[in-house]
Amino acid sequence: MSELASESSTRRSARSAEVAPRAAAGGATFLGTPAFPIAAKAALADAQLRRNLAHATGTIRGKRAAVVAEVANWEELRLAGAALKDRTLRHLDTYLTQLETALTKAGATVHWARDAAEANRIVVDIARGHGTDEVVKVKSMATVEIGLNEALADAGITAWETDLAELIVQLGHDLPSHILVPAIHRNRSEVREIFLREMGRAGRPAPPDLTDNPADLAAAAREHLREKFLRAKVAVSGANFAVAETGTLAVVESEGNGRMCLTLPEVLISVVGIEKLVPTWADLDVFLQLLPRSSTGERMNPYTSMWSGVTPGDGPQEVHVVLLDNGRTDVLADEVGRQALRCIRCSACLNVCPVYERTGGHSYGSVYPGPIGAILTPMLRGVGHDEQVDSLPYASSLCGACFEVCPVRIDIPEVLVHLRSQVVDAHRGRPSLQGAAMKAASWMFGTSARTAAAEKLSGLGSRVLDRTVRRRAPGGRRALGSLPWPVSAWSDARDTPVPPPESFRAWWSRTDGGRR
Amino acid sequence: MTVGLLVTCINDALFPDTGRAVVTLLRRLGVDVDFPAAQTCCGQPMVNTGYLDEAVPLLRNHLEAFAGYEAVVVPSGSCAGSVRHQHRLVAQRCGDPGLVRAVEQAPPAYELTEYLVDVLGVVDVGAYFPHRVTYHPTCHSLRMLRVGDRPRRLLEAVRGLRLVELPAADECCGFGGTFAVKNADTSVAMGSDKARHVRETQAEVLVAGDNSCLMHIGGILSRERSGVRVMHLAEVLASTEAVIDEPAQPTAGSAAASAEASRTDGPPRAPRPAGAIR
Ligand code: SF4
Repeated sequence: MSELASESSTRRSARSAEVAPRAAAGGATFLGTPAFPIAAKAALADAQLRRNLAHATGTIRGKRAAVVAEVANWEELRLAGAALKDRTLRHLDTYLTQLETALTKAGATVHWARDAAEANRIVVDIARGHGTDEVVKVKSMATVEIGLNEALADAGITAWETDLAELIVQLGHDLPSHILVPAIHRNRSEVREIFLREMGRAGRPAPPDLTDNPADLAAAAREHLREKFLRAKVAVSGANFAVAETGTLAVVESEGNGRMCLTLPEVLISVVGIEKLVPTWADLDVFLQLLPRSSTGERMNPYTSMWSGVTPGDGPQEVHVVLLDNGRTDVLADEVGRQALRCIRCSACLNVCPVYERTGGHSYGSVYPGPIGAILTPMLRGVGHDEQVDSLPYASSLCGACFEVCPVRIDIPEVLVHLRSQVVDAHRGRPSLQGAAMKAASWMFGTSARTAAAEKLSGLGSRVLDRTVRRRAPGGRRALGSLPWPVSAWSDARDTPVPPPESFRAWWSRTDGGRR
Repeated sequence: MTVGLLVTCINDALFPDTGRAVVTLLRRLGVDVDFPAAQTCCGQPMVNTGYLDEAVPLLRNHLEAFAGYEAVVVPSGSCAGSVRHQHRLVAQRCGDPGLVRAVEQAPPAYELTEYLVDVLGVVDVGAYFPHRVTYHPTCHSLRMLRVGDRPRRLLEAVRGLRLVELPAADECCGFGGTFAVKNADTSVAMGSDKARHVRETQAEVLVAGDNSCLMHIGGILSRERSGVRVMHLAEVLASTEAVIDEPAQPTAGSAAASAEASRTDGPPRAPRPAGAIR
């Protein structure tokens, strides 16, 4: 164990030195993360991380493809999902009021939170009101987004994550790196170490003879958590869906920890993003097909829990719903970008993204990593005032794999390009190498005469290079090796063909298109 | 009527052989092809980097250069995608209704394989290329244009060519335009995996429909001294036992005959051995 432990603990400390495990005040990003290219460089150097990620995303990718192929009308379902979400978003105000009315009638208390601070204050006040110093939680992206655990800790209340992967992240003093599998960057021997080292400090210790067998690890987590479920008076959840018509909240999950959180404690507080709405009960039909197949590659989620308000003598006797905006109405105001609010957090786009697969979730420095994070985070936070946030729309090769799998057809590449233009516009007037290069290229390509003149220069250069360069690429063309800055960003790892002495344009005019 | 060749700025400046191959190929298939000399760049590098305003003069120039042609043929999935999907965006954003109309009325743009298969209805273009080849279906051809199996069908009909399957073929090579420079480390990590898959096939030649992706993957393959060469699909399709400029009937088995004929007719350019277009 010692070798493995020391290897991975150096890695962990290297990572946590770059990433302070705390949500930023505005939510959605983590404090202290450098811009994407720098964070990615560090992640790329971590061979173990790349292996863990390639293995995990590859497995989920295969499972998803298989179960999606079983559905004959998958494309129709996607279209239906997108249309339903769009209609909901168009009339969001109406549906939200409808939801509030239905929930209140069912005995729940509805709270409105404009931002992270407001939402946190509401939850802290409720927990305090019950004199508790701990809450149990079922994994919720919205609460990570607002930094609820940190806010509770500041108020002297410990929040226990009860989802297996979330527990691994919490015990490892780590940050989540995936929407669905927050500990995807860990392999099982790393998990075993964390459990052995940390469980005792947080409650029931792991058995000393714990192996790295997944079933044993899950059993240790179950024992550790059971004690917390039975003790906690207050639980915090998110919701996958909120049905406006009936005032029903729904959570889907695989481990049963959600069901325990939703039923055992006396008080339940659900923090729900305002985009989680669907108008009617029947609409759930579409999403409960789209979500499990896209996310875990299952036909159905093992646990689907639904609740509306309070039922006397059954389940929590006090139910609070915090409806969270935190930048969502700003996203709604963006004509191209608003489609991101259709997202059902299935994580399919992360699992197919070649950039995510190699850099991992931490590189995005964001609660929402991967392709959806690269568009959602900049929109929630706003562009133009944080270098890290502004680097996110560029963290993509625009290959389009994310759009192809998205169950609600979010055209992520389109939104990425749209956000890039917002980033550029926000920086206009400030000098930058890239901006100057683009302006120069725009000028040069503005007329064919200028383009031809530039090509002539390159042709002259080519004649010189042809005499001086020795290296030849297969096929006979001369190639350039490593070049100085700024082209080094290209040439450090790739040979570059020496430009030809004659451009196509010049050849065409010299030979009259090959006729002379 | 004549088709206009949008050769693309990268091909024009760095890979002129691809443009020449398209001209040879289209003429062989009886197409009247012209190169509107006023063309420059479709604007994709600016649009994809977020410089939409900078793309406007390029868009205007492109529309003027290609007005009046029956169709535009592009030997690049990425630039064909840019013309088909991004030009409207740029026009709309600059708020000039005249420009939006001009984009709508512009001649249709086809990626080369779409033009060959859908418009000309040809799959066997009479090519001869006796090499072990693997094919990378670049992202924009695959997902933005949905060219599907058109390139494969064209390659399978090439005499002498042995097509070997590329593992994880539909995964991005990591080029991504300015991504290759802005996120160079990630780009190279992706490209290295692609290069590894290419080497696994033991192909002599990696073929794709986009020279920019090939420049990236080929640059890595060359740095690794792998010996694999990269070639644009058009150059493979233009290869015959001799270079012919006479229009030929693209029926199966006719290539050898026309190659024979062209030798006696004396082609305008010296015949070259197969595969020596580049
Ligand atoms: S953007 Fe689409 S694919 Fe990605 S998490 Fe959201 S719903 Fe899933």
